[in-house]
Amino acid sequence: MTDYEPVIGLEIHVQLSTRTKMFCGCELSFGDPPNVHTCPVCLGLPGALPVLNERAVHHGILIGLALGSEIAGRSLFHRKNYFYPDLPKGYQISQYDVPLCRGGHLAGVRIHRVHLEEDAAKLIHIGESGRIHGSDRSVVDFNRGGTPLVEIVTEPDFRSAEQAHEWLSLLRATLKQLGVSDAKMEEGSLRCDANVSVRPSGQATLGTKTELKNMNSFKFVERGIRAEIERQIALLEAGGEVEQETLHFDPVTDRLTSLRSKEEAHDYRYFPEPDLVPLAVDAAMLDGVRAELPELPAERAQRFEQELGLTAERAHELAFRAELGDYFELVLAANGGTDGDAVPVAVAVAVANWIPQLVERIGSDADPAHSKVAPAALAALVAMVGAKEVGREAAREVLTRLVDEGGDPRAIVEAEGLGAMRAEDAGVAELVDRAIAADPRAADQVRAGNLKALGPLVGYVMRESKGRADGGEVGKLIRARLLD
Amino acid sequence: MHDLIELTAAAAAERVRAGEIDSAELFDAYRSRAAADELNAFTWLAGGPPAQAPGRDAPLGGVPLAVKDLFCTEGVPSQAGSRILEGYRPPYTATVVAQLAAAGAPLLGKTNQDEFAMGSSNENSAYGPVLNPWDRSRVPGGSSGGSAAAVAAGLAPWAIGTDTGGSIRQPAALCGIVGLKPTYGACSRYGMIAFASSLDQAGPLTRNVTDAALLLRHMVGHDRRDSTSIAFPGGIDLPRSEDLTGIRLGVPEELSGDGIEQGVLDSFNATLRLAEGLGASIEPCRLAHAPHALSAYYVIAPAEASANLARFDGVRYGLRVDAEDLTEMYRRTRATGFGAEVKRRIMLGTYALSSGYYDAYYGTAQKVRTKIAEDFRDAFTRFDFIVTPTSPWTAFELGSRTADPYAMYLNDFCTVPMPLAGIPAISIPSGLSDGLPVGFQLAGPAFSENRMLAVAHALEGAIGFDASRARR
Repeated sequence: MTDYEPVIGLEIHVQLSTRTKMFCGCELSFGDPPNVHTCPVCLGLPGALPVLNERAVHHGILIGLALGSEIAGRSLFHRKNYFYPDLPKGYQISQYDVPLCRGGHLAGVRIHRVHLEEDAAKLIHIGESGRIHGSDRSVVDFNRGGTPLVEIVTEPDFRSAEQAHEWLSLLRATLKQLGVSDAKMEEGSLRCDANVSVRPSGQATLGTKTELKNMNSFKFVERGIRAEIERQIALLEAGGEVEQETLHFDPVTDRLTSLRSKEEAHDYRYFPEPDLVPLAVDAAMLDGVRAELPELPAERAQRFEQELGLTAERAHELAFRAELGDYFELVLAANGGTDGDAVPVAVAVAVANWIPQLVERIGSDADPAHSKVAPAALAALVAMVGAKEVGREAAREVLTRLVDEGGDPRAIVEAEGLGAMRAEDAGVAELVDRAIAADPRAADQVRAGNLKALGPLVGYVMRESKGRADGGEVGKLIRARLLD
Repeated sequence: MHDLIELTAAAAAERVRAGEIDSAELFDAYRSRAAADELNAFTWLAGGPPAQAPGRDAPLGGVPLAVKDLFCTEGVPSQAGSRILEGYRPPYTATVVAQLAAAGAPLLGKTNQDEFAMGSSNENSAYGPVLNPWDRSRVPGGSSGGSAAAVAAGLAPWAIGTDTGGSIRQPAALCGIVGLKPTYGACSRYGMIAFASSLDQAGPLTRNVTDAALLLRHMVGHDRRDSTSIAFPGGIDLPRSEDLTGIRLGVPEELSGDGIEQGVLDSFNATLRLAEGLGASIEPCRLAHAPHALSAYYVIAPAEASANLARFDGVRYGLRVDAEDLTEMYRRTRATGFGAEVKRRIMLGTYALSSGYYDAYYGTAQKVRTKIAEDFRDAFTRFDFIVTPTSPWTAFELGSRTADPYAMYLNDFCTVPMPLAGIPAISIPSGLSDGLPVGFQLAGPAFSENRMLAVAHALEGAIGFDASRARR
């Protein structure tokens, strides 16, 4: 059996979080009653004309700069012509052969282009099928029509579905960090199509590609691409050929169905939009936007790794979700680290290791900044663990209390008697005695030199002390008692 | 009452402002004439003067305005001469109409036109042809035929229309009135139902040059709703010039010889002699690419129209012919709603933009367009204005040219180069040929309207055209 190499390129549509639409003054909305954010322009009424939203241009430039693209001093809008009820003018205003941004790269993946366009309205099909064919009737909600979009097209640089998924997470984090989009796939503010082909390993020319649509979550993107790679390989192995077509991914069955073949492809009859003048971006505008560029997730992850000593995995986990990275840095700042002082690696690593614990308790989508756990409280807790004032187990319980009620960890430890028991405390010695008495067989095995048998004895003490004792210290104490 | 009708719009406005005429009386005088219209110039008439009469100080004095149907007017039918927009009442008013109303020119009525401004005879209207007041067996020209006929016949003191390839100037010529196409971008296109966006411009159709200047003064200006509009430098002055000393007029041989009717040429040459008498110098010049303008125009305008008219799909407004599925609904709605000429141009434009043909048609046409603009630029280094006959012939018989679309397109031969170059041009009546009016066209550099109106004003005085016969 031949070895195949998948080749994948992505086309990502990003709804920009501007206040108003791309070509009119209607406000952007989500979840409002239908057709309340409309005007002659976004309804495509006769005689209405588009006026470009400067803020959308700003956001487009910001994205281009973040991706290292070249920003065109002059770019053009075109009309992309096709008939559909969600497209009130019968054409979409988009950019074609002279886009706002060209080239660039993100995490080793080359960017082909970035351009501006307008979103279509939303069609709702009433009837069992849920699709336009076979529906009783269809209605259009124009609230979404005209929302500013940026389309990001990558080069075919992905070699696996997992890589595409991972990279999309980074892209989303980057967009959120830039503050240009909510970038939520479930709500459609981030949408991804994939161009997929396979070729025998080592072959230089590309295989025939298909285009995958309707993958509205990161997981579906990965599953859709994987299913398509498998389908293409099976086809080739059976002596068949891949046909150039557009495919619809069904996340319920993982099946791909053909939307249209190459022969049925639209001829969009692009031509320059005569209602708009060319988009000019001058040096002053470019410098202004450049000055606003924040630290981006990829850079932040690198800093967490190199300066704070985090593992690559942990650094990505925190940096690729801006709100986690921000919270992490607030905790570090609260942890005695005054401005300018380098945070000790051990402290940074310890704090970083507690963030996933927090996330687990507040829910994986929640922003810790909105939780009851103040950064100073988590900083104090981590410091207490470091100083062995509270055991790790007990600290987890304190964190749960903080998440539920907030407050000061030291007060919780004192009120609940969760403070660490020191090895020299009489209470610990007493618990050690009770452990040995309770499991004489284990004690004998330790005496015979089998240190694995220490486990149940230490466990007993930890259990009885409700985690307040230090496991390591207890182990040493038992060994001393049984072996000396 | 007949005296009121004989006043030019500027003179009427002056009298209203002086308190000598009541603006409501003026409105009613025109309204009753328009209501008795036998030319089919109007598609809708206002019930009466506006509830709130324009103030004494309103510069346009309450002199009512006839508006080409394709301008959107809030709550008032705006059908662009098409069946597909029958009964359509927009929720907003075009910027130019709103500006004129604010300056004191209330809406008298909406005027008939070729469907979506596609035509040169007004025979392409879904609401029937308009008759020429000079001879009712003849066409008024088009596409602003209703506006031109209404002004010529004294059914309206003045009117606005739109010009894409000659749609103001050619009907003005055929009806014996003044028609001006401004520099592209001088007037907002917001609320004008689009034919060809890169060419369409609103402009005045008036009895004389002064009226045109007065109306234009309140039409121009930057509109934040139209990105292609520009503030007019210095605004529009009322013309006073009586002589043409030092004015250099260029006569392009390409647009003043072959194919032009003898009677039209005679009137044109007589006007050149009058201009010389007023002190102008006349010299032949070349516009080498002008003969290709018509070909370029009939690629670019239909291409833009094919997209502009896509919104008439039966989904949101206007005509819908229901069907079992979406594609069939589109097909039936557009097949029923659009007339033959509109369908022809949509097909032409769609073809010109199609993959594999774009470069050969649309791309080449754009190159020709650039060449034409360069020709004018060169010419304006040596001449103040280019002058030509407006139309190659006078008003023709209704139905005489409808069978041959190409012969109909030749109407625009002399008027099409200017919109392709984005420059202003004016047509003034230069006399009669066999009892029918002839138009004389002046074209100048972008934003030369003030000088152009001044020259037209001086010539108008020398010509002394009497149009009163058409108002009887």
